[in-house]
Amino acid sequence: MHASRTKASALVALLTVLALAMVASGCGVTRGSDDPSNRRLRMMIPNSVGGGYDLTGRAAARAMEENDLTGRFEITNVQGASGTVAMQRLVNEKGADDLMMIMGLGVVGAVYTNKSSATPLKMTPIARLVEEQEGILVPADSPFKTIDDLVAAWKKDPGGLTVGGGSSNGGPDHLFPMQLADTIGVDPKKVNYISYDGGGPLTTALLGAKIDVGMSGLGEFEGQIEDGKLRVLAVSGAERLEGVDAPTLTESGVDLVFTNWRGVLAPPGISDEQRAYLTDLLTEMHDTPEWKEALEANGWSDNFATGKEFEDFLSEQNARVADTLKELGLA
Amino acid sequence: MDLILDGFATALTPENLLFAALGVLLGTAVGVLPGIGPAMTLALLLPVTYSVGADSAIIMFAGIYYGGMYGGSTTSILLNTPGESSSVITAIEGNKMAKAGRAAQALATAAIGSFVAGSIATVLLWIVTPWVADIVVTLGSPSYFALMVLALFAVTAVLGSSKLRGFIALFLGLAVGLVGTSTGQARLTFGQPLLADGIDIVVVAVALFAIGEALWVAAHLRRKPLEIIPVGQPWMSKDDWRRSWKPWLRGTAFGFPFGALPAGGAELPTFLSYATEKRLTRHPEEFGKGAIEGVAGPEAANNASAAGTLVPLLALGLPTTATAAIMLVALQGYGFQTGPTLMDDHPDLVWGLLASLFVANALLLVLNLPMAPLWAKLLRIPRPYLYAGILFFASLGAYSVNFQAFDLALLLVIGTLGFFMRRFGIPVLPLIIGVILGPKLEEQLTTALQISEGDVSTLWSEPVAVVVYVVIALVLVAMTAAGLRRPAESTPTPADDKEMIER
Repeated sequence: MHASRTKASALVALLTVLALAMVASGCGVTRGSDDPSNRRLRMMIPNSVGGGYDLTGRAAARAMEENDLTGRFEITNVQGASGTVAMQRLVNEKGADDLMMIMGLGVVGAVYTNKSSATPLKMTPIARLVEEQEGILVPADSPFKTIDDLVAAWKKDPGGLTVGGGSSNGGPDHLFPMQLADTIGVDPKKVNYISYDGGGPLTTALLGAKIDVGMSGLGEFEGQIEDGKLRVLAVSGAERLEGVDAPTLTESGVDLVFTNWRGVLAPPGISDEQRAYLTDLLTEMHDTPEWKEALEANGWSDNFATGKEFEDFLSEQNARVADTLKELGLA
Repeated sequence: MDLILDGFATALTPENLLFAALGVLLGTAVGVLPGIGPAMTLALLLPVTYSVGADSAIIMFAGIYYGGMYGGSTTSILLNTPGESSSVITAIEGNKMAKAGRAAQALATAAIGSFVAGSIATVLLWIVTPWVADIVVTLGSPSYFALMVLALFAVTAVLGSSKLRGFIALFLGLAVGLVGTSTGQARLTFGQPLLADGIDIVVVAVALFAIGEALWVAAHLRRKPLEIIPVGQPWMSKDDWRRSWKPWLRGTAFGFPFGALPAGGAELPTFLSYATEKRLTRHPEEFGKGAIEGVAGPEAANNASAAGTLVPLLALGLPTTATAAIMLVALQGYGFQTGPTLMDDHPDLVWGLLASLFVANALLLVLNLPMAPLWAKLLRIPRPYLYAGILFFASLGAYSVNFQAFDLALLLVIGTLGFFMRRFGIPVLPLIIGVILGPKLEEQLTTALQISEGDVSTLWSEPVAVVVYVVIALVLVAMTAAGLRRPAESTPTPADDKEMIER
């Protein structure tokens, strides 16, 4: 919906312009200086202010700033096509040694659904930061009491079960039901996925029982779950989620582990030194108390990884997403 | 009752009053700037506010929210540059009033209308929030689709004197609304990812109104003698009051329920209010030339809808606008369990917020009413400078929506379209309505049909939908009957055509 999209980054943009103007006129010590607290880095966020990428990116930038690991961050929200526009910009910034971009599973998918050439494998991987489990939600008076009920009904009538999610095609809430369907032997092409504009509209649809089941990260549903208006049938991670009374998929006999993750990329073509610098910076950031608080407050799980581990993970995820979307004819 | 008094006690402590005033000022400022909305301001202020108390922060946020709704109207009226999508309709009559030297009255009726609507809506919020919440979620896509059809139907009221030109504009608007990704497929994006999310309504409105008009004025500046904008009296006359109060109330009646509906939005009620006022007015000849009813109604509607939005937020923890979503994040940041239990668990916070809405509203009136005559003087700037300022402002707004030079190109292209629409006497309003309604209509229709697996009967499966269709049918019958009795009325006269080309 057009109206609900936030008019992002305007104030940031204005402030950035002002900041740039001051830097230009003052000609102070900025980039490339040895003193880390004078070093100015830029961060690009591929969705609107207040969204998941934005909260992650701003929390990370704050943790780095407050511990004087680096100077002030210039944060820009570059919206458009679920992150594809930001990825394109990252490619265009080839070799820029002062830029990092927050991204995640949704961006990997969006690059395919938008048929963009700016794929994650072209960028310089820096670190994976956090992950969030997906939950399978039904309204309180739903006939599905367990994940088995759902699986049975889904197998019986693949197109008749309406599945809602808070992301557009290629996003985590879309990829998860498709992979789930594939795992339990339902043809993903037959899945009736209804895309809602985020958690709010999805909650409305679930509370009004307009759809049979919702799949999404659980952060935005805590109140409803606690109040008993919504029920969680299962969570998608390897382990149970603290504070949520629901089994994992694997416990329930469904062989699938799926998490929505977010991480950091740098532009292509940066030097090894620069890559090492950014990696060290985020590793130090990961150890700060501010970051631990942010993980706690937002309900994110820590799955920090850098170097080869993140690189392999990224190409594995990329291949998996590509498979799923190609099977659906979306990539 | 005690809860309300306690709420006022919370809201009226000097500290919280100060935060409310700060919020109102900030909100007005960001509302005035096109491209910067209250949602973004709140998001950027979030980290800062964690250092003040929860009640103060939430009260400030409420001030920003209401202030933003109000501020958007100021630039609409004065500069023909709507700052928010919900104040687009205000520009239609508001700017015409300003040009006729009645800017102060337009601003005043907007301010008082916003106050009246905001106050009534806040009282309604007190009364209905506890029990209406469970009802609003029962409305599904079929009901929303019916409401959108009703709104589309109301477009006929604003087509202008030539139906052909009106429909040309409407279909142009619907075509612009088609741009973007629908059900996973890119459509009319010409391989440009920047178009994948569609074209922002603020960019379209600013381009059509401000850029189109600036080009038009520039093209005629030398050929026509400079019209000096007359300076009218600074306050609303008795007649203005008489003509404003009913639109205020009707605007509130449209705005509040639409705000309370999870997919209602703030644009639709402003537009329905405008169409209604145009039908009911005793001065139909003034519409299109600066009718005060056309400002009073929509401005009341957008403020009432802002209050309505808080119904699902407070009762269910359901954010239905970007601003509400961020207020929810803030509440969660303070450790409140948002959701159906918020009202029972934290009555002091909820009632403090409700009381502060009232306070914010009163503050807005006190701050803005004396400002109206001052603002109006802005129009006495010589036209070349004034339009240079408007162009700067419009470009800044379009650029800061996304920090993309692409949006400036878009602004220029649509602005040129606006210029030619003026040249050929095609009204702008139906185009804007098309851009607003088209995508919403499509979204609700596809969702409804997707859920029903293509069964069309789902469209009248909900009681609300049936009621709306009956209303449409009744109005259609009434209009046809009236049309048969007075067939001459719809024929455009040469004078009308001339007037269309003039603007």
